[in-house]
Amino acid sequence: MIHTKRLATPYIVWMVLFTVVPLGIVFYYAFTDSITGQFTLENIVRIQSYMPIFIKSIWLALISTLVCLIIGYPVAYYIAQCPPSRQRLLYLLVMLPMCISFLLRTMAWVSLLDDTGIINRFIQAMGMKPLPLIRNNGAVVLGMVYNYLPYMILPLYSVILKIDSRLIEAAQDLGCNSPQVFTKVIFPLSMPGVISGFTMVFVPAVSTFYISQKLGSSGTTLIGDVIESQFKAAYNPNLGAALSLILMVLVFICIGITRRVSGTEEVAMP
Amino acid sequence: MSKELIRLIDCSMAFDDEIVLDSINLSIKNEEFLTLLGPSGCGKTTTLRIIGGFLQATSGDVLFDGERINDVPPYQRKVNTVFQRYALFPHLDVYENVAFGLRLAKLPEQEIDDRVTEMLEIVSLKGFENRSISQLSGGQQQRVAIARALVNRPKVLLLDEPLGALDLRLRKDMQQELKRIQQTLGITFIYVTHDQEEALSMSDTVVVMDRGRIQQIGTPEDIYNEPENAFVADFIGESNILDGIMLEDYVVKFFGRKFRCLDSGFEPNEPVDVVVRPEDVEIVSPEEGQLTGTVTSVTFMGVHYDTIVDFHGFKWLIQTTEHHNVDEVIGIRLGPDDIHIMHRSEYSGMFGDYSSYSEEYDEMNDPDLYPEDLSDESSDLEEETAEEGSET
Repeated sequence: MIHTKRLATPYIVWMVLFTVVPLGIVFYYAFTDSITGQFTLENIVRIQSYMPIFIKSIWLALISTLVCLIIGYPVAYYIAQCPPSRQRLLYLLVMLPMCISFLLRTMAWVSLLDDTGIINRFIQAMGMKPLPLIRNNGAVVLGMVYNYLPYMILPLYSVILKIDSRLIEAAQDLGCNSPQVFTKVIFPLSMPGVISGFTMVFVPAVSTFYISQKLGSSGTTLIGDVIESQFKAAYNPNLGAALSLILMVLVFICIGITRRVSGTEEVAMP
Repeated sequence: MSKELIRLIDCSMAFDDEIVLDSINLSIKNEEFLTLLGPSGCGKTTTLRIIGGFLQATSGDVLFDGERINDVPPYQRKVNTVFQRYALFPHLDVYENVAFGLRLAKLPEQEIDDRVTEMLEIVSLKGFENRSISQLSGGQQQRVAIARALVNRPKVLLLDEPLGALDLRLRKDMQQELKRIQQTLGITFIYVTHDQEEALSMSDTVVVMDRGRIQQIGTPEDIYNEPENAFVADFIGESNILDGIMLEDYVVKFFGRKFRCLDSGFEPNEPVDVVVRPEDVEIVSPEEGQLTGTVTSVTFMGVHYDTIVDFHGFKWLIQTTEHHNVDEVIGIRLGPDDIHIMHRSEYSGMFGDYSSYSEEYDEMNDPDLYPEDLSDESSDLEEETAEEGSET
């Protein structure tokens, strides 16, 4: 035991230095006054006015996560059914976009969707009116889905791959037709993958700021944008820290609800 | 046990040009306990999967109650399966595993509860309703698998090496249990195994298979006492298989000597395979013996001694309760009912000679393939290996 513990030492040091200590600092800032440095609950109280933004952030992240699940599940299922050589190829294709910078990918969508972007120029060339493709909720959801889809597909794929084919035969044997095999056996058994895919998409989506800044408008300001501006523009790190803290709590609550609803504690990592 | 329930007509199966089943014809009667017995790769599991509907025969027909069911998917067949290594649903508890088929059939909740409870009682798992599958031992999982299949009251239960993963003691208990359940409920059992003892002790009918073909169908007694060829004689129990010539009805000649036997219907002077079971040989003094030989090895097996005796360079296995010393010269006597005559087959000369063991051992790396052939005259250690091979 002692030997295996030692192997984790570098990571533990890393965690303490760059996660636990910063969290403590966030905690400290969240409960102190920006000028006097005295203990105060004012930052937490002020957050009330940001509630609509919190709700909007969670709402958009939830929609994106569900869209990722709806698109990602069939893809993951299909890949898991392929012969191994094709599986490797498809796995690579899913991973490929992640090799390109996140900023670059989002900028690419801007140049596609912009009022004078590639799609609208094409539409105008066809003699039609340009479409409002950017600076709305839809564009933000699109950006989230595009960027986070691989995080949904990979854990689902690895869980579906491990489902014993004899369980499927057993289900058929006991009277399941194909849709029933899916709803009664395959989907319940892939639940750990659904949960970890859900978590891995929802958490970054709910706290993103870059996607909403580039693809959204002033109407789609998300909580990530507010936090960023508190630190960079408004110079109120205390309020920013309080917002981060509340966001973290809300994320934990959301994940807890999902797990409770799905009735599983296991989480599969790709 | 009267009318026919399932019939396979000329069923063949090929995977990528490799023929796994070669024109199987088989009739299974209602309420019968039928066992498909053979070494791994003989096609027994393939046959079972064709009956279950998980595989479609490349050619041939499957009839159920006189109706062709080739294209009927598994979920519409009146058969249920106990899978190798059980295939229980890990996301459901014991109760829900057993209730699975009944819920799909949309039975009323009360009936589901009654039947699940009754079935758990039959397999002695009362009180385990809310356990999760991972908390159960192998034997308990086995019982859940049987209950899950039987609760649907199928006309036929297919069992694919259901006891293969259990230890010897538990396996013996479960054999009795299965036989009891089959007789109580009056369901047709089709049972796949490579364990000949299991097949002989449980079945009404044994179907011996090898190389994708049926070698013999019969009652356990028929299969043991009247094997049709050298493969069956060797696979079921131990056999000394000798080259002989059938001089006329009831007279066979081997080792240059004529013997009386009970077999007839052969061509005059037809070359045949002669089977002598090791327990049927009577050891007498050299003067009284029809044949004389030298003891080359003796192994104590508990109930008897495995004694290897050299007759003119051909070694026999003789099982005797009396101990004989190595290098002792003994005589043997064979009565007419100790000798069984078989037509020559593709298997002639491959089995039943206990002298060629050590050379064969190098060639045969798979102990599952022909486990009975691994008897040895020189080494006790290898003798044990052979015994294990025949039991697993």
